[in-house]
Amino acid sequence: MADTSFDVVIIGSGPGGYVAAIRAAQLGLKTAIVEKQFLGGICLNWGCIPTKALLRSAEIYHYMQHAKDYGLSADNVSFDAKAVVQRSRGVSKRLNDGVGFLMKKNKIAVIWGEATIEAPGRLTVKASSAEAPKGALGAGSYQAKHIVIATGARPRVLPGLEPDKKLIWTYFEAMVPERMPKSLLVVGSGAIGIEFASFFRTMGADVTVVEVLPQILPVEDAEIAAFARKALEKQGIKIRVATKVTKLDKKADSVVATLDDGKGKTETIEVERVISAVGVVGNIEGLGLEKLGVKTDRGCVVIDGHGRSSVPGIYAIGDVAGPPMLAHKAEHEGVICVEAIKGLNPHPMDKRLIPGCTYCHPQIASVGLTEARAKEEGRDIRVGRFPFVGNGKAIALGEDQGLVKVIFDKKTGQLLGAHMVGAEVTELIQGYVVAMNLETTEEELMHTVFPHPTLSEMIKEAVLDAYGRVLNI
Amino acid sequence: MPINILMPALSPTMEKGNLAKWLKKEGDKVKSGDVIAEIETDKATMEVEAVDEGTIARILVPEGTADVPVNDVIAVLATEGEDVKSAGAGAPAKEAAKAPPAPSAAPAAAAPAAAPTTPAAAPAPAAPVASSPASPHRLFSSPLARRLAKDFGIDLSAVQGSGPHGRVVARDVEAAKSGKGLKPAAAPPAAAAAAPIAGPSDQQIRALFAEGSYEAVPHDGMRRVIAQRLTVAKRDIPHYYLTSDCDITRLVAAREDINAAAPKTGDGKPAYKLSVNDFVIKALALALQRVPDANVTWTEGAMLRHKGSDVSVAVSIPSGLITPVIRNAHLKSVSVISAEMKDMAARARARKLKPEEYQGGTTSVSNLGMYGIKDFTAVINPPQSTILAVGMGEERAVVRHGKIEIATIMSVTLSCDHRAIDGALGAELVAAFRALIENPIMMVV
Repeated sequence: MADTSFDVVIIGSGPGGYVAAIRAAQLGLKTAIVEKQFLGGICLNWGCIPTKALLRSAEIYHYMQHAKDYGLSADNVSFDAKAVVQRSRGVSKRLNDGVGFLMKKNKIAVIWGEATIEAPGRLTVKASSAEAPKGALGAGSYQAKHIVIATGARPRVLPGLEPDKKLIWTYFEAMVPERMPKSLLVVGSGAIGIEFASFFRTMGADVTVVEVLPQILPVEDAEIAAFARKALEKQGIKIRVATKVTKLDKKADSVVATLDDGKGKTETIEVERVISAVGVVGNIEGLGLEKLGVKTDRGCVVIDGHGRSSVPGIYAIGDVAGPPMLAHKAEHEGVICVEAIKGLNPHPMDKRLIPGCTYCHPQIASVGLTEARAKEEGRDIRVGRFPFVGNGKAIALGEDQGLVKVIFDKKTGQLLGAHMVGAEVTELIQGYVVAMNLETTEEELMHTVFPHPTLSEMIKEAVLDAYGRVLNI
Repeated sequence: MPINILMPALSPTMEKGNLAKWLKKEGDKVKSGDVIAEIETDKATMEVEAVDEGTIARILVPEGTADVPVNDVIAVLATEGEDVKSAGAGAPAKEAAKAPPAPSAAPAAAAPAAAPTTPAAAPAPAAPVASSPASPHRLFSSPLARRLAKDFGIDLSAVQGSGPHGRVVARDVEAAKSGKGLKPAAAPPAAAAAAPIAGPSDQQIRALFAEGSYEAVPHDGMRRVIAQRLTVAKRDIPHYYLTSDCDITRLVAAREDINAAAPKTGDGKPAYKLSVNDFVIKALALALQRVPDANVTWTEGAMLRHKGSDVSVAVSIPSGLITPVIRNAHLKSVSVISAEMKDMAARARARKLKPEEYQGGTTSVSNLGMYGIKDFTAVINPPQSTILAVGMGEERAVVRHGKIEIATIMSVTLSCDHRAIDGALGAELVAAFRALIENPIMMVV
């Protein structure tokens, strides 16, 4: 009979769960991970990764359409929607297999099914309808000294906007369209909404984005969001801010949406498909948390800096443990949680230092405080900016539209935030993230040599600008 | 390979020093940062910290040895895995210790933090100095933490680091500002190690006050040096005090005349404006020349009779004190003394004095008259033997020849080191001072 007793059992194999499992195994803890559907969770299968694959197809398609800007010719450029989706699924499959391999390599038991925590130290797993990978343990009772909830999140459903998976999509359906819709309404302008808007627009759809708040990408710096909005609108995306979708009338193969701008003006638009991207909510149901008395708040498990819930022996990490609901935050929380279980006394995460990335065209990346937030906190700040037009590499790439913005504390020189919009900024932001983690001041950033010619030079130029020393603009 | 621990240099000019005390013995394990010995010169006592980890294999210079040349091997450290015995046996002879000179950067770097001294405290570098020419002891901290510490005036070495591998990060400095997260016993001062009677512990003291009813301000290097040097001075020097009331009526009048007669410089300001204290410095310097037996320093081996009168003057600066020295004050005019004092006091406040400007001195003046203090006693500033505490000049009723008269009186109290100066000699010095300060015209002779 298989062993059913573990040091750590992690419920959910998303980026938080599987990374926590590997770290636990590295620390010599006997570890199991429970998954009901996909190893790798949403991120690998229905989120971060497959959307990047789709966006890559869109990006190349965009370049092919603009081949002559680069002195190339590509006539009759077209796409095969099925093949685009297939490639995306293939990428997910490859990584999904990769997680299986990593579990095996680290001798982590995979338990296939849906877990309910009976009591601290004890959980029951019910069989799941999804096919179990080879070698996985099945339904039954399991013991674990430490139980880590890493069940992630799912799309938020707003009344009146309930997805029907046919005309009204969530990201699940949006990721595997049978054909590209001619027209699309995206409700919500967070990272998910904007990425799909960007993808479908590039693929030729007539896209309208509706945002209830006065700014698209509401968590981003206002200046960056405004810059992105202009760029997206230039591509033909229609954007309505401070607007609500009050009604969706489903027709045979289209939807009539009623939009309310809050000033008494309503209008209707007809679109083929609607994507509801109004956020995600934690998966706290079915785990037995209420019975156990695990404290939750607004759909998330309440934890301390080391992932401990209100009930000893039960922990939570990732989306289910609260915002920001990002894979990299989940991963790091998982590592901290497991290290704390091992007694290593890790540092709690500083949530201000978690970067955020949106992979539309142009890309958006940020870390730390926005200018508005820094001012709200009453800080005396210095702001530096550097536009892509001043960067040689950006011009060579044909990507001269973008902006890098940094915010410093005027008194201490502490880097409070960095915000970027433009090509490849999602790959640039970590320069600032490292700097902020090491608590560098402007001085160290100014003394750092950046390679030329790279987009990364703008990291330094923006810092120089904050101190009146910008060079190339 | 065993590591040689060398005699460190306390200052760029130091050539030899005394090995005052070993705090570790042969066979003791040490780790980087452990204080292993105390080194003395006439100016200061300094702790020698271990740079490397290991076991003291052999002590080559016994404690109490005087005049140990800088860079001589004073002990041998066996590093991990080395046989302590053989490391000690193979200890190098003196001539084997031709290592490069101790990094002069260490004392120089220590200077800004180590500058402080009090009316009774000679300067002593407080920063650790490498015991071998290898990399100096490094404190890991983030750039932001360093900048905040500088802004708050917090000594980073006293802050408990909470970052990776004990790195001091910004939040630690923020916490230290409100007294949290300070090291339990940050680098115990040398004096504490020698203290025969320990006072109540920090914890015992804190327990006497309600939590939150106070703010714990971390000590900076200057504060630690003041505490350390004063404790040693007051404990080890047999002080006695001689008070005298000086009639400065004539001095006040002379000063007014001299200042009124000051030529104007280009911008219309007087060329000088002498203070009473400038005259006090001059008078004390001359008095020491008239009573040369009192211009001395006690050492165990001999009495040092100083030729010049180098007068240290206590200057209060934010969060501490420093004593710039007027060299050969007996040879300088009062206006030169006045100008030097103004310049050095300004640079002292900016913490820009060079070590040679505040180290040494054969006596001190501490004047609290400007605060309305009538009379007080000061603690001697080792290695000096005297310090003159000067009170406020004020009009007082005095009885002369059976009549009550009004005179401007300034009370002064001389603290003397009885090891070096007996009572009568001290009184002679006070009388000489009084004669000069009451008859300022004698100062021009």
